[in-house]
Amino acid sequence: MIKISGIYKSFGNTPVLKNISAEFQPGKTNLIIGKSGAGKTVLLKLLVGLIQPKEGQIFYNKVDFLQLKKKDLRTLRMKVGMLFQGSALFDSLTVEENIRFPLDMFTDLTKKEKSDRVNTCLNRVSLDGINAKFPSELSGGMQKRVGIARAIVLNPSYLFCDEPNSGLDPKTSLVIDELIKDITIENNMTTIINTHDMNSVMEIGDNVILLHEGEICWQGNKDEIMASDNEILHDFIFASPFLQRLRNAAISNGFQK
Amino acid sequence: MYYREVIRQMHDIGVGSLIIVFIISLFIGAVTAIQFAYQLDGTLVPDYYIGYVVRDMTIIELAPTITCLVLAGKVGSNMASEIGGMRQKEHIDAMEIMGVNTAAYLIMPKVLAAVIIIPILVAIAAFVSIGGGFIASVPTGLLSGQEFVMGLRSFFMPYNVFMMFVKSLVFAFLLTSISCYQGYNVKGGSIELGKASTNAVVISDIMILLADYLIAVVLI
Ligand SMILES: Nc1ncnc2c1ncn2[C@@H]1O[C@H](COP(=O)(O)OP(=O)(O)OP(=O)(O)O)[C@@H](O)[C@H]1O
Ligand SMILES: [Mg+2]
Repeated sequence: MIKISGIYKSFGNTPVLKNISAEFQPGKTNLIIGKSGAGKTVLLKLLVGLIQPKEGQIFYNKVDFLQLKKKDLRTLRMKVGMLFQGSALFDSLTVEENIRFPLDMFTDLTKKEKSDRVNTCLNRVSLDGINAKFPSELSGGMQKRVGIARAIVLNPSYLFCDEPNSGLDPKTSLVIDELIKDITIENNMTTIINTHDMNSVMEIGDNVILLHEGEICWQGNKDEIMASDNEILHDFIFASPFLQRLRNAAISNGFQK
Repeated sequence: MYYREVIRQMHDIGVGSLIIVFIISLFIGAVTAIQFAYQLDGTLVPDYYIGYVVRDMTIIELAPTITCLVLAGKVGSNMASEIGGMRQKEHIDAMEIMGVNTAAYLIMPKVLAAVIIIPILVAIAAFVSIGGGFIASVPTGLLSGQEFVMGLRSFFMPYNVFMMFVKSLVFAFLLTSISCYQGYNVKGGSIELGKASTNAVVISDIMILLADYLIAVVLI
């Protein structure tokens, strides 16, 4: 479980996050949504310690994350997997070497066990057989999926994904969402996902947090979205006129969830 | 754990720099011999001093200093842009998240490899340089081969060789740690990366010359 309270972060004089408090439960897919520039990436980086907040506290299961010593922080991080918005694959290593990197660093597995593990992970992101390719030879969406494979290779307890399905077609996007949900439940992981993909929100939104102007302006699960009368939430989820018409039609037909 | 990376770096720095070190030392030795012969012209100093001067100039000063100045330009800028690129592409952040001690993982093997391999390069440079002095002076008739060798064997102080290794060790450490630091702490985009790479070379060069002076003051 991860708990944050009173997080405040600004760059120069522009506040990006103001007084953010939330709880992320294990075994659930926690989604952070908000329009581009809302501060989703900043919040995720704060949570893993790549950026320091001006104020506020972060707890990983009662452990005060911001007070951790460097060494303890590293130990904790071996249980963290993260997918970066830009994938951040090591471009001079092959796909196999990328995914194997954490295994090489932190495990004593044999060559065979490592390559089995790599293949299992590649299979889960539907990318069998691309082991020998370099990241530059992959499409953006494939890089994303390799990034996910690398993030889950050590069976982390905490998984952070920055827009896992941007750049993916709707079908693959669903597969990835399902995958993240499945491993979250299997390993009882605390999973936090940044997204602005409304399909993801409606499919796997166990706990959805909407960031708007640096504050949490709505929080709930996917089933509560339809029923909510939060204007900003609706503007965000039903952004296109097409979806708005659908929603209006649904409501006028007496849709209730 | 970093053993293989150290070996790889040693190979990259050592083998990768062999040709340039060879060419430069050959010419440095040749120029030293010719310049000194020119100074000697019409004096009472015996010709075999050319061999002696080439040897000592090379060992004490030229081999370690020039080689490391050149390596700062070649190896240093390379390290700064490699690590700086990894910083900008979030590779370093990605490693940090995995729990890797990135400073140790990325910088230490490079510094270690350099500290081992650069003194060897410098020793090679010294030999080649003396060879360069020989080639430039003996076939051209400035002095005979016997005289040159006699010069090489005169007034030899093993302490100078010790000084050469101290210098190359210190310079190797300076140029790699400065260059890696510049790359590791780079911010912004490609212009900043270019600047970091330039800074790596300029600062390394200045620090090498400063250290050269200090070592000379302390050890002589
Ligand atoms: N290093 C930085 N220095 C200055 N400002 C920054 C920095 N990083 C982010 N910001 C600012 O913080 C705000 C939030 O950025 P962030 O990257 O978190 O947005 P986001 O919600 O992830 O958007 P997107 O969906 O487009 O990825 C932006 O206004 C951005 O300009
Ligand atoms: Mg973002």
